Amino acid sequence: MAGTAVLGRLTWRVADVVSAVAETASARTLVLDVPGWAGHQPGQHVDLRLTAADGYSTQRSFSIANAAAGSRVELTVQRVAGGEVSTYLVDEVRAGDQIELRGPVGGYFVWRPEWTDPVLLLAGGSGIVPLMAIARARAAAPAPAPARLVYSVRRAEDVIYAAELRRRAAEDGLAVTYAYTRAAPPGWTGRPGRVDAALLAEAGWPPAAGPLCYVCGPTAFVEAMADLLVAAGHAPTRVRTERFG
Amino acid sequence: MTGTELDGAGLDGAGLDGTELDGNALAGPLREVFAVELTAARGTCAGCGRSGPLAEARVYARAPGLVARCPGCAAVLLRLVAGPDRTWLDLRGLAVIEVPTGQ
Repeated sequence: MAGTAVLGRLTWRVADVVSAVAETASARTLVLDVPGWAGHQPGQHVDLRLTAADGYSTQRSFSIANAAAGSRVELTVQRVAGGEVSTYLVDEVRAGDQIELRGPVGGYFVWRPEWTDPVLLLAGGSGIVPLMAIARARAAAPAPAPARLVYSVRRAEDVIYAAELRRRAAEDGLAVTYAYTRAAPPGWTGRPGRVDAALLAEAGWPPAAGPLCYVCGPTAFVEAMADLLVAAGHAPTRVRTERFG
Repeated sequence: MTGTELDGAGLDGAGLDGTELDGNALAGPLREVFAVELTAARGTCAGCGRSGPLAEARVYARAPGLVARCPGCAAVLLRLVAGPDRTWLDLRGLAVIEVPTGQ
């Protein structure tokens, strides 16, 4: 994964909000148009800067949800109770608004469609977003790497991209396994509770398969999952992590 | 921005507000300074000698800047403060940075 092109420095630019799509009761995808966007790699993110009338500004990083498509950048944002930025982005932003954006950035938590090693995508809550970008880019690849997704959520209604994941499981050969940590859906016969070593052994890849593992979500989730993967025998250099805090 | 604004999940984007992030959050601020991506570069902690990708550093953001700490010994690896027209970068905690160049 060596060799990054010298790109020149990066700084803030203005993105136009084209549309907003509800994903769940608390998550929304913002479709942005970024004039001059030169594309991005699956797994990369952008920083958004919001400035209030009084000059107070704040920044947040958001993973890019879509595979590169011209000047279109999609961000899926989860509203967090009391979170001023997420509440604004999910509840207030409208088509026609403009947002300051810096990106794409990220050279570590990235995947390239031409890589052929098996991929394990391990998502906790809204950590699904960059992993969905990987899944979407993979679907368009000429020879998609084998891929398995393990997606941990509190309840079924928290699953983002549920319908699309069903479709990708059926059509793209993406193996999808859910873990419901608070309440499983009615009639669900899978393992209850959090992702553990047994679930990973069943739903993930064995170390001998040489997978690349991408783990994204809240810090505690990421650390627990990375520990499980390393304990199971995956080399630490094959486990890429992104903590959302 | 205070910690009280977040619930335990901290899913309000990767917040530059004190929650514990990782070195992926440095990507944007560092790209304002350097023309190459550095989060995949390997850093060596000047404190304990442990090395790893900068993306795996523990990053804390409290105004006015970002602090990255060694995931092993918690020593400060770097501090970054971005002003309106300049960025200050204190790299004393990084003994070595190994950056891939070319193919």
